[in-house]
Amino acid sequence: MFNTIEPEAFFEQLKTQFAEKILLVEKHYDVTVAEVSHDVIKNVILFLKEQGFQFLTSCNGLHLPAAEKKFGMIYHLHDFKRNLRIRIKTFTQNDPPHFPTLTDIFPAANWMEREAYDFFGFRFDGHPNLHRILNEDSMEGWPLRKEYPLEDQARFDKDDKMFGR
Amino acid sequence: MKEEIKQDLIGREYTTLNLGPTHPATHGIFQNVLKMDGEIIIESTPTIGYIHRAFEKLAERRPYGQITTITDRLNYCSSPINNMGWHMTVEKLAGIKLPKRVEYLRVIIMELARIADHIICNSVIGVDSGAMTGFLYVFQFREHIYEIYEEICGARITTNIGRIGGLERDFSQTAWLKIEKLLKELPKGLKEFEDLLIRNRIFMDRTINCGPISAEMALAYSFTGPNLRAAGIDYDVRVMNPYSSYEEFDFMIPLGTNGDTYDRFMVREQEMKESMSIIKQAMQKLDKLEDKTSYNAEVPEFYLPPKNEVYNEMEALIWHFKIIMAETSVPKGEVYHCVEGANGELGYYLISDGGRTPYRLHIRRPCFIYYQAYSEMIKGAYLSDAILTMSSMNVIAGELDA
Amino acid sequence: MSDKNLTNINQKVERLEGYEGPGFLATTLDKAVGLARKNSLWPLPFATSCCGIEFMATMASHYDLARFGSERLSFSPRQADMLMVMGTIAKKMGPVLRQVYEQMAEPKWVLSVGACASSGGIFDTYSVLQGIDRIIPVDVYVPGCPPRPEQILEGVMKIQEMVHNESLRRRNSPEYAELMASYGIK
Repeated sequence: MFNTIEPEAFFEQLKTQFAEKILLVEKHYDVTVAEVSHDVIKNVILFLKEQGFQFLTSCNGLHLPAAEKKFGMIYHLHDFKRNLRIRIKTFTQNDPPHFPTLTDIFPAANWMEREAYDFFGFRFDGHPNLHRILNEDSMEGWPLRKEYPLEDQARFDKDDKMFGR
Repeated sequence: MKEEIKQDLIGREYTTLNLGPTHPATHGIFQNVLKMDGEIIIESTPTIGYIHRAFEKLAERRPYGQITTITDRLNYCSSPINNMGWHMTVEKLAGIKLPKRVEYLRVIIMELARIADHIICNSVIGVDSGAMTGFLYVFQFREHIYEIYEEICGARITTNIGRIGGLERDFSQTAWLKIEKLLKELPKGLKEFEDLLIRNRIFMDRTINCGPISAEMALAYSFTGPNLRAAGIDYDVRVMNPYSSYEEFDFMIPLGTNGDTYDRFMVREQEMKESMSIIKQAMQKLDKLEDKTSYNAEVPEFYLPPKNEVYNEMEALIWHFKIIMAETSVPKGEVYHCVEGANGELGYYLISDGGRTPYRLHIRRPCFIYYQAYSEMIKGAYLSDAILTMSSMNVIAGELDA
Repeated sequence: MSDKNLTNINQKVERLEGYEGPGFLATTLDKAVGLARKNSLWPLPFATSCCGIEFMATMASHYDLARFGSERLSFSPRQADMLMVMGTIAKKMGPVLRQVYEQMAEPKWVLSVGACASSGGIFDTYSVLQGIDRIIPVDVYVPGCPPRPEQILEGVMKIQEMVHNESLRRRNSPEYAELMASYGIK
């Protein structure tokens, strides 16, 4: 289990810095999670980096078709010195969603953001090379959005009678 | 080096070389379009996704127990670690506590997988630097490890070892004998392998200072695993965020200094020895435990009951049905769990909405993240060094493309 | 090597059927060429994922594909006889595979190793080609996910059998041209 030493202090600071832009701070399972307003996400991550969160573990997209704010980005940051992990979330309702790029803060974000673009169609403003990474450029649609069908549409051997669908 | 080249090459003509996607020396399916000046790489444009299989989408349609099979195919050189990582993620979500014995057994399997993975990677470094013999020497030990897997779970590569809540069955007597035999023979084999390479002038000339990366760069590119440790940063998930009772084990984290191919090779060599020591410790701990039989936790809602109970007892039959039809209730919530995979921090970020399948599963694949530094690392290097750098980074196509 | 082993090996050496006398053997050209081709197949490993790792085991000392005259891997499609497709072929990879196949010189055989290459396997997803026989003709399928090295060896032996018994004129026949045309390969 993760060793979480008092991350509350950070979030107090974070709250004084960004006030009402921090929508939610809670401890969920073993990490502290903060939900941040969409317009300050980059500033929050810059602030956290200055505070010692030097390592971007991962970032990924999320699609919530039922929610009011449909699209989200989730960032996992890690502070090696204090061995502290936090998760930052941000949501937006625009389609296509725009997020600021983190490539100038963490070079590692480059491909992860391209992956989020490939899967969800998120636009990262200021990204140096934003095009599909895993699928072909000619592909249409955003495969990890909930409405996109998983199965290959060209299969002809799947008889509905046999599969009971 | 880079500056020199820039000045030297003004007004020269460059060649474009297409390396991949099916190049024998890339050991996987990657494409790199290289801009070359003679034999020196000026620029490289990587393309990936040639075996994109949509794991994350597939996971949204599969019940929890069935996702293990797709984790197998992530880093197929060390599938047991992926399996265990996934099981532990779900266990964390559901708050399942395992008996100590299961955790030690898991440690043994995971360390065997780490050895097998490092054997492949290091012997392939040898092959790419022109030493085929080492590959043939140590591959038999990987074969022995596969025999142990077979004894434990019946499969060689896509192992599917274990279940949520424990292991599928106990280790057999033969498996223990085979592990003991491996522990006895592997050090000798490794010594032979090392004698061939580590003080070999040709190997040293080829690998020292080949594809180096500084600690700062490695951190910025979110390197993890042996590649980060070769650059001199002692980050190991097993120590930083121990899982499966790793905190009880006494082992060292080997570190490099230059982050070049030679350091990566040496870090992996050393890690194999540490892994062997961990397996030995785990076996001692198992001997000391009073519990000699348990191989699963008491979690009827996740762990399939034994077949004879299913046939004879009502309750077992109901649980069996519910698990197979994925009707057991899973708590709502989000967890991130990471394990030290053979090539870095393998993380599962799981969002559950209480349904029969995960709402979203994001897999932090270590080599997807660190492979993006590759084009930076080979800038200004020779083509042959670029090949060596790639094999020393242990990039596995299945994990890269997910 | 002891004498006993030698005799064993001698027994396994294949003999051509034909009219035999002291110092000569008369047989058909088909059979002679078939025997020669069969025992010197140059495989082109098109290894993409997990099955490729099993192929490494097949090539290495323990299982030793060299026993079947296939130790010379030909990474250049121009000189290869047998295309071994091992692993998932994504839609992005499809055109590459097809190009490799087109580059191979006749006669050529295709071995599809593993469930993914044969049918898409467990990956019935938007990005995976559902079997390579949608883009190139396949001679032998090896099931398994991944198949054991023994299975891969058996697949190679099946190909050898086909090679041995194939008529020299098959590749010029109208049926063969039709087959190629159905895949759109010239």
